[in-house]
Amino acid sequence: MSRLSIITQSKAQTTVEELYKDLERRISASPSGLCPVDLAASFLKMCHAQSCGKCVPCRVGLGQLQKLMESVLDGEGTLETIDLIEKTAKNIFYSADCAIGYETARMVLKGIKGFRDDFEEHVLRGRCKMELNQPVPCVSQCPAGVDIPGYIALVAEGRYGDAVRLIRKDNPMPAVCGLICEHPCEVRCRRTMMDDPVNIRGLKRFAVDHAGDVPLPVPAVATGKRVAVIGGGPGGISAAYYLSLMGHDVTILEQRKKLGGMLRYGIPNYRLPREVLDREIEQLLSVGIKVKTGVTVGENPSITDLRKEYDAVYIAIGAHIDRKIGIEGEDAKGVISAVELLRGIGDGEMPDFSGKDIVVIGGGNVAMDVARTAVRLGAKRLRIAYRRRSVDMTAMPEEVAGAVEEGCELLDLHAPLRIEKHPDGSVAALWVKPQIIGPVKNGRPVPLDSAQDEVRLDCDMVIVAIGQGIESKEFEKHGIPVKRGVIEALNWSGVNAKDVTGVFAGGDCVTGPATVIRAIAAGKVAAANIDEYLGFKHTISADVEIPAVSLGDRKSCARVNMKERQPSERAKDFELIECGMTCEEAKQEAQRCLRCDHFGFGILRGGRTEKW
Amino acid sequence: MVNVTINGKQIHVKEGTTILEAAASADIFIPTLCYLKDINEIGACRVCVVEVEGCAKLVTACNNKVQEGMVIHTNSPKVRESRRNNVELILSQHDCQCAICVRSGNCTLQTIANDLGICELPFEKDVPKNSWPQDFPLIRDAAKCVKCMRCVQVCDKIQGLNIWDIAGTGSRTTVDVSKNRKIQESGCALCGQCITHCPVGALRERDDIQKVLDALADPEKITVVQVAPAVRAAWGEAFGLSREFATVKRLVSALRQMGFDYIFDTNFSADLTIMEEGSEFLEKLKNKENEKFPMFTSCCPGWVRFMKSQYPDMVDQLSSAKSPQQMFGAVAKTYYAKLLDVDPSRIYCVSIMPCIAKKHECAIPVMNDAGAGQDVDVVLTTREVDRLIRAEHIIPAKLEEEEFDMPLGMGSGAGVIFGATGGVMEAALRSAYYLVTGRNPDPDSFSKVRGMEGWKEAEFNLAGQTLKVAVASGLANTRKLMEAIRKGKVSYHFVEIMACPGGCAGGGGQPIKDGKEQAQERCEVLYGLDKVNHLRFSHENPAVQKCYQDYLEAPLSHLAHKLLHTDHHAWLMPGEPGGE
Repeated sequence: MSRLSIITQSKAQTTVEELYKDLERRISASPSGLCPVDLAASFLKMCHAQSCGKCVPCRVGLGQLQKLMESVLDGEGTLETIDLIEKTAKNIFYSADCAIGYETARMVLKGIKGFRDDFEEHVLRGRCKMELNQPVPCVSQCPAGVDIPGYIALVAEGRYGDAVRLIRKDNPMPAVCGLICEHPCEVRCRRTMMDDPVNIRGLKRFAVDHAGDVPLPVPAVATGKRVAVIGGGPGGISAAYYLSLMGHDVTILEQRKKLGGMLRYGIPNYRLPREVLDREIEQLLSVGIKVKTGVTVGENPSITDLRKEYDAVYIAIGAHIDRKIGIEGEDAKGVISAVELLRGIGDGEMPDFSGKDIVVIGGGNVAMDVARTAVRLGAKRLRIAYRRRSVDMTAMPEEVAGAVEEGCELLDLHAPLRIEKHPDGSVAALWVKPQIIGPVKNGRPVPLDSAQDEVRLDCDMVIVAIGQGIESKEFEKHGIPVKRGVIEALNWSGVNAKDVTGVFAGGDCVTGPATVIRAIAAGKVAAANIDEYLGFKHTISADVEIPAVSLGDRKSCARVNMKERQPSERAKDFELIECGMTCEEAKQEAQRCLRCDHFGFGILRGGRTEKW
Repeated sequence: MVNVTINGKQIHVKEGTTILEAAASADIFIPTLCYLKDINEIGACRVCVVEVEGCAKLVTACNNKVQEGMVIHTNSPKVRESRRNNVELILSQHDCQCAICVRSGNCTLQTIANDLGICELPFEKDVPKNSWPQDFPLIRDAAKCVKCMRCVQVCDKIQGLNIWDIAGTGSRTTVDVSKNRKIQESGCALCGQCITHCPVGALRERDDIQKVLDALADPEKITVVQVAPAVRAAWGEAFGLSREFATVKRLVSALRQMGFDYIFDTNFSADLTIMEEGSEFLEKLKNKENEKFPMFTSCCPGWVRFMKSQYPDMVDQLSSAKSPQQMFGAVAKTYYAKLLDVDPSRIYCVSIMPCIAKKHECAIPVMNDAGAGQDVDVVLTTREVDRLIRAEHIIPAKLEEEEFDMPLGMGSGAGVIFGATGGVMEAALRSAYYLVTGRNPDPDSFSKVRGMEGWKEAEFNLAGQTLKVAVASGLANTRKLMEAIRKGKVSYHFVEIMACPGGCAGGGGQPIKDGKEQAQERCEVLYGLDKVNHLRFSHENPAVQKCYQDYLEAPLSHLAHKLLHTDHHAWLMPGEPGGE
């Protein structure tokens, strides 16, 4: 007999570990619109299975909670049942011995608080409030509702031009989005239940790269209506494009020298090459969009002036002003904002950072963009100071990793305190306070000052990248409602302006800084509603036949990820970092799509919206 | 063309053919449950699964197309086991009390389960609970619903009313009234198309047979029954009788055996409707400047419900004439009571209709103009009268032909085509022509409005003026027409609408044969009856002429207005302004 033995996993344990992974992926690919009470009851059942069974609240209580929730779901419960669930869950939360019990109770309480009305709907009317509206997960997650299974099927068949035409029906900027879309479509991809989500953005890029020139549709008969679009970013261009296809006479008024908005004045060339952007914009303008650059709408012309000249106005001014950090020494020479730096570069002014020691403040995508840009401009050393942990950064993980690979140093858990100046007023150092990570609030951990001493970061420059604001003041003066700095617009992009009608707004200037695809979606919504406002009902469609589904079995196959140029090489220039898929990769990746437009709920509710 | 092998047979079919159709073309039968051609091809029940060589997973035959070289097995061991298992699973959640189900013997699930020889279930029964207002004319039994979604699709795609929707997710997914409404709060037109497309007994009409039996048993009651035009074209289907044999005269014989005192024909009041509605229309034409066109027919209560809930601002354009059913009730309890010299309250008025909405119509509080309770006391659908024939143990194949009673049993060929889409319009035009010109047209000169198309248009010359008319059947078609009228894209003088595709012939109260639309065949029967009738014009119906002479005076007279017209604003549909 041995006193100790090596612990090895039994086959059952190994299998359970695999099942945990399966379940994790499955939960992350949950379709939207599921009954929250049913889900909460199911989670509860799984949590109960984790109980060791020692203590009463967990062993018995979680079971009783399940029965109560089932009675609510069966329409047998009363409002008192909901109260009893709450009371019992509270008791379990307070009296359970370990986290298995009290954390389960906390989840139940969170549900009661978060969707009590749904509990009540089950009790009072015997049914659920949720509705499965868009049955295809990727399409439901895409703000613009692009027909993703459709274009992936087209890519699989090598019909790249048709894929581009199909995308343009809902998103006129496939070249831009193929490179820089945040791809919310991939988040709930059902393929995740099998292995990994489909690389949707990569396939879009592949389609664009291989389609050649794809002509745009011919605009409808001229309506004689004139529309002004304020702001030539992705949202403004999208609205202008669709409105032009509908036959309206559209003029974009752009404050800067060139169109593109944040695509040009925010996103560096190595992520979105200017020639790609210029080509896409130029093509879209060819449907007859007029452009006036260097026009700042505000005092002259004012929104009221524009409304006199045009039948409708779309405000898509984005979020282009920098936010001040509000620390001592911010006025020092050598402190610049990310917006300022990127705007200059957008107009072709390339500063020289050779030999400079630079600290970037911030943890978002823009912080990464300026850090990596500064490296390319010759910075000797680049540090990124961030209050929270690096995992808490809002930048996409691949952006953070890319910056690190290119030599940027992450100084996480360091909050900026003040900027020390040289006698000549230039930056001498950034003082930061070390942080300790604290409690989680609204899903994000809060950093707190730690007991450690302040740290002095010797540097020549500080680049502040802590978010952008909206230049809404002039609009507010002319009766456009503004709330907390953003323009107030309704979900159909209409603006309840004081004295003028026919004013619409959307994109970053309404939502606050967001993503390119949300701006495009806002432009699409605005176009439809402006058309309606002008008294028309034009429809946008793409006459593309979608390939039939294949009945073959879906075999396990992991995702093709995008490759990037080597860090040492790419950090020296501003050329595109990301490499496209090979033909072989694209074909394999496209065939991984499970065609939710046909299988499952898609076929019942109709897998696609053919026109809008 | 595509070459496939099914169960060893070489088959050549057109590209785009489904596996199901390809198999059928070679006389290979694949069972289906949820499938409804062109309307519901969603592969939900998984009963039609087949094995395709090279695919590990089974494939649904109903919604997958054949591909070149496919080798298909419709009864391999894997298919056999899976199909049976799926049917067993469906049965585990289905209230299988077949002995007390209206669809017993005509239930697709029952047939499939019987065919597969399922005698016991390996699963615990887990039947959903049912709660439904049992007094509503349309009854849904959640315990019988197989979630095939046909009702949802028929209401969405054919009727465009979206009354049904999928409710809930996960294990509790079911079908319920959309937008979390109760059925009474919805704009349900009561067309009954969901019933006639339900493969099982989850949807049915409210059964009113007992009320009729009680009346027949009451010696004080004089039972008067009317038979709607479309009923005669369909009642025999449930007994497998040929259309030639299942005449209305044999139905009359069956009703007489049941003990009805007087058996009359709704064709009589259809003719009366033409006199009233036709005259109303001609009055409007005379006063063109001050009237709004088109005028809409008002015979179809499903359509009236649709109009009131969907286009409440256009209700005034409905003809004020009552439907033939309600005209009959009002006449039976006044004119006919007088002829019989009895107290009208002794008359119990039954109608046999191809329709669910008629059950609602007869109960509208203001449909009591005769002053003896509701003018029509109870409505039985064609299906209910078929059940009544069975309950009375009448042998349909042995029935002799018998005549209707007189005078309300007299109807013209114009009256009988009320049961077909376009029929009301045609009948009205025949008499309008006479009323304007003083002479009869060729009775077939308005046949352009016949046929199964959902939206028909025609122009006729009526004594020098061009009359533009339209006819629609099916409510999705109707909505298209209404929207076009609203947008000014089309304009008409007179529009006939019937809620059910094909008109009453395809009514929601008619016998059901899963997967087969029978409206067209039934319409042909009606047009055949018109053709052989010696009366082709409503205004020539001597019984109608006499009724005016002796009682009503003339069309649109004061008494005619009181008894034969109605105020469509006197009751409200959900969604109609003026409600609570």
